[in-house]
Amino acid sequence: MSAVADAHAVDHDHHGPAKGIARWLFTTNHKDIGTMYLVFSFTMFLVGGAMAMLIRAELFEPGMQLIQPAFYNQMTTMHGLIMVFGAVMPAFVGLANWMIPLMVGAPDMALPRLNNWSFWLLVTGSLILVSTLFMDGGAPNFGWTFYAPLSTTYGPDSTTFFIFAIHILGISSIMGAINVIATIINMRAPGMTFMKMPMFVWTWLITAFLLIAVLPVLAGVVTMMLMDIHFGTAFFDAAGGGDPVLFQHVFWFFGHPEVYIMILPAFGVISQIIPAFSRKPLFGYTSMVYAVAAIAILSFLVWAHHMFTVGIPIAGELFFMYATMIIAVPTGVKIFNWISTMFRGSLTFETPMLFAIGFVVLFTVGGLSGVMLAIAPADFQYHDTYFVVAHFHYVLIPGAIYGIFAAVYYWLPKWSGRMYSEALGKTHFWLSFIGLNVAFFPMHFVGLAGMPRRYVDYPVQFANFNMISSIGAFLFGISQLLLVYIVYRAIRSGNKAPARPWDGAEGLEWTVPSPAPYHTFEQPPKVD
Amino acid sequence: MSGNQSYYVPESSIWPIVGSIGMLLLFFGFGTLLVNQSNGDPTTTAWVLFTVGALTLIYMIVGWLRDVINESRSGLYDAQMDRSFRQGMAWFIFSEVAFFAALFGALFYIRVFAVPWLGGEGAKGAANMLWEGFEAQWPLINNPDNSAFKGPDSVIGAWGLPLLNTVLLVTSSITLTLSHKALMHDKRKPAINWLALTVLLGVVFLFFQVEEYIEAYAHLNLTLDSGIYGSLFFLMTGFHGLHVLLGGIILSVILVRLIKGHFSSHDHFGYEAGAWYWHFVDVVWIILFIFVYVV
Repeated sequence: MSAVADAHAVDHDHHGPAKGIARWLFTTNHKDIGTMYLVFSFTMFLVGGAMAMLIRAELFEPGMQLIQPAFYNQMTTMHGLIMVFGAVMPAFVGLANWMIPLMVGAPDMALPRLNNWSFWLLVTGSLILVSTLFMDGGAPNFGWTFYAPLSTTYGPDSTTFFIFAIHILGISSIMGAINVIATIINMRAPGMTFMKMPMFVWTWLITAFLLIAVLPVLAGVVTMMLMDIHFGTAFFDAAGGGDPVLFQHVFWFFGHPEVYIMILPAFGVISQIIPAFSRKPLFGYTSMVYAVAAIAILSFLVWAHHMFTVGIPIAGELFFMYATMIIAVPTGVKIFNWISTMFRGSLTFETPMLFAIGFVVLFTVGGLSGVMLAIAPADFQYHDTYFVVAHFHYVLIPGAIYGIFAAVYYWLPKWSGRMYSEALGKTHFWLSFIGLNVAFFPMHFVGLAGMPRRYVDYPVQFANFNMISSIGAFLFGISQLLLVYIVYRAIRSGNKAPARPWDGAEGLEWTVPSPAPYHTFEQPPKVD
Repeated sequence: MSGNQSYYVPESSIWPIVGSIGMLLLFFGFGTLLVNQSNGDPTTTAWVLFTVGALTLIYMIVGWLRDVINESRSGLYDAQMDRSFRQGMAWFIFSEVAFFAALFGALFYIRVFAVPWLGGEGAKGAANMLWEGFEAQWPLINNPDNSAFKGPDSVIGAWGLPLLNTVLLVTSSITLTLSHKALMHDKRKPAINWLALTVLLGVVFLFFQVEEYIEAYAHLNLTLDSGIYGSLFFLMTGFHGLHVLLGGIILSVILVRLIKGHFSSHDHFGYEAGAWYWHFVDVVWIILFIFVYVV
C-alpha cells in the first residue's frame, strides 16, 4: 500500500469518498460503514421476513398447505437466526457507527480499519448461513436455539457450516463491540464527561460490554457442538458422561444477555427521541444510566429461566425465578422515566415519536408477559407454547425493531439531508402497529390454550386465531416494503433538511449540517 | 482528551476485504472437509479451499500489521491513538477470558452436577435408571456406556510433565517482566536476551505438551472420544496450547522488532500488548493446572 508513504500528507487534506465500488470495499469512514450496516441489515430483515410470511401462510389453516414439514422447520430456524444475527444486531451496529462519533464529537471510530472488517465479516458469515439453504439435507432445522442433541446427533450436514457462520458472525460482533467501547472511552470531545453522554451512547457502551462478555461463550458452545459432531467428544452425550443440559446452560448464558443486547440500544434511541418531541430534558437521566447497568448485570444471573421445565433443582428454579422478576424493577424505572418525560411536555407526534410511544406501550405488554413467564410453576404451563412466541415477538418487534425504525426516521434527515414524507411515515407506523397486534396478540390466547410452538400443523380448535394471526402478519410484512419506498422517496425528492430538523432535539449531531459532511469533528467541538 | 486534531484516520485499506475473503475460503473449505470426511467423499477441493483461505489470511495479517507498523514508525500516531490500541487489546483479552470462562463453566458443571447426577446423587437420581450401577467418579474412567465411549485406562498425573510445564510458563512470565524492565531503562541488550529466553520457554512448553498428548493417545487410551474427561481435557489444554502458540508467534515478531530497534522506553505498545497476552495465557494455565490436573 503506497498510501502509507504519503499518508501523512493525506492526513490533513481529507477529500471526499473514493469513486465507485472501491469506496464501499475499502472504506474506513464510519458513515459509509454505518450505511452499509443499515442497508445490509434491512436486506436481511426482508429475507427473514419472507420466511416468516411463508410460516404464517402455512399456518393460515390447519392441515398441510404449502410446504413440507422438514422445510417448515428450516424456515422457523433460519427466520430466527437471520433476524437475530443478520437483522437486529447489525442494524444497531449501523446506528452506532453513524451516530456515536457524531454524538461524542469524534472524527471517526477509534479503529477504522477494524470497523470495515467487522462489516465484511458480517457479510461473510451471513453468506455462509444463507448458503445452508441450498445444501444437501437442507438448512439447520432444529430451531434458532439449536439444542443438542437435536443439532449434534440428529442435525443435517449443513450444521457444520452453520457453526462456522456463528463463529464468523461472533468475531464480527466482538470486533465491532471493541471498536464501540474504544470510541466511547477514548474519543469523546473535551468536556463530554461520562454523565453528559447521550443515553444512546450509554446504552451502546453497556451493550458492547455484554457483547464482548457473551459472544465468546457462544463460540465456546458451538465449538463443543462441532467437536461432538466430528471428533467423537461427549460434551452433550450422557453415554460418555456429558449432558445435553450442559448445552442449554452454556447457550442461555449467552442467550439471555443476547436478548438485552438487542434491546438496550433501542432503550437508548427511545431516550433520545421522547425528550426531543416532548421538548423537555430526559426525566431521571442518572437513574436511566443505573437502570441500564442494573439490567446488564442481572442479565448474567437469569439464564436458567429458559430451562424451568428441563429438570433443574428446586433451589435453581427459585433463584432464577426471583432473579428474573427483579429485572422488572430497573425496567419499570425506565418506563416510568419515559412517561414522566412526556408528562406536561409540549408533545408533537411525528413518526419517530409515534414509534417511540408504540415502543413504550407495546414493550410493556411484552415485559408483563415476561413476568408471567418468569413464574416457574406457571411457566410449566406456558413453556414451548405460542405464549412464548407472543412474548418474545412483543419485546423484539415493538422493542428492537420499533427502536430501529424510530431511529431511522429520527436521523434520516441527518444522514441524507432530506425529509421523509410525514404522511407516509405515519401510514407506515399505523399499518405496522395494527399488523403487529393482530398478528401476535392472538398468540397469547392459543398459547395459553396449549398450542405448542414449532409445529407445521395444529388442531382445528386453534384455526380462527391462527388465521387472524396470519392476516396480521401479512399486513405487517407488506407494510415494511413501504419503508423502502419512504426512504427512497426521501433521498430522491424529499424536502431539504436543516441542520436541526426537530426543534426539541439536543446533541452534537444536530450541530453539523444535514447531510452530515463526509468528515466531521476533525477539530473536536467544545462541550459545556 | 486533547489532541483530537492529530488522530490518524486511514483513508482506505484493502486488508479488511482480503481478510474477509480469506475467512470465507478458510471456513468453507474446513466445513466441506469435515462434512466430506464424515460422509466418505473426496476432500481434495476442500483442502485447496482451506489452504488458499489460510494463505490469504496470513497474507492479510502480514500486510495489515506492516501498514500499522509503518504508520507508527512514521510518527502518524499520537497518545490518543496509543490509548485506542490499548483499549482494543485489553477488551480483546477480556473476550478471551470470557471464552475460557465458558470452558471452565462447562468443566465445573460436568464435575459438580452432571456426573454425580448420572451416578444417582440428589433429587435427580432418576438419571441413574439410564445406566444402572454407573458410579460417579472423577476423573471419569468408566463411562456410563462403555461400548459407545470406551473410557481411558488412566489420565495424565499432575506432578510429572504438567508440573514441569507450570514451572516453565511461570518462569517465562518472570523473564518477560525482566525484559520489560530492561526495556523501560532503554537497556536493549538484556531486553532482547530475556525476551528470547521467554520465547524459548514457550517453545519448550509446547514441546512437552505435544509429548503429553502422544503419551495420552499411545499409552493411556486417553483420547477425544474416550468420554467426557478426554473431551474436556483436550478441549481445554488444546485451546490453551493454541493460545501459547499464538502468544509465542506474537512475541517472536516483537523480538524481531525489538532487535530492529522499533521500541523505546516511552514507545512500545506492540511490545506491551504481546506481554499482556502472554501473561493472560500464563494465568489461564495456572487455573487449568489446578482444576484439570490437580483437583
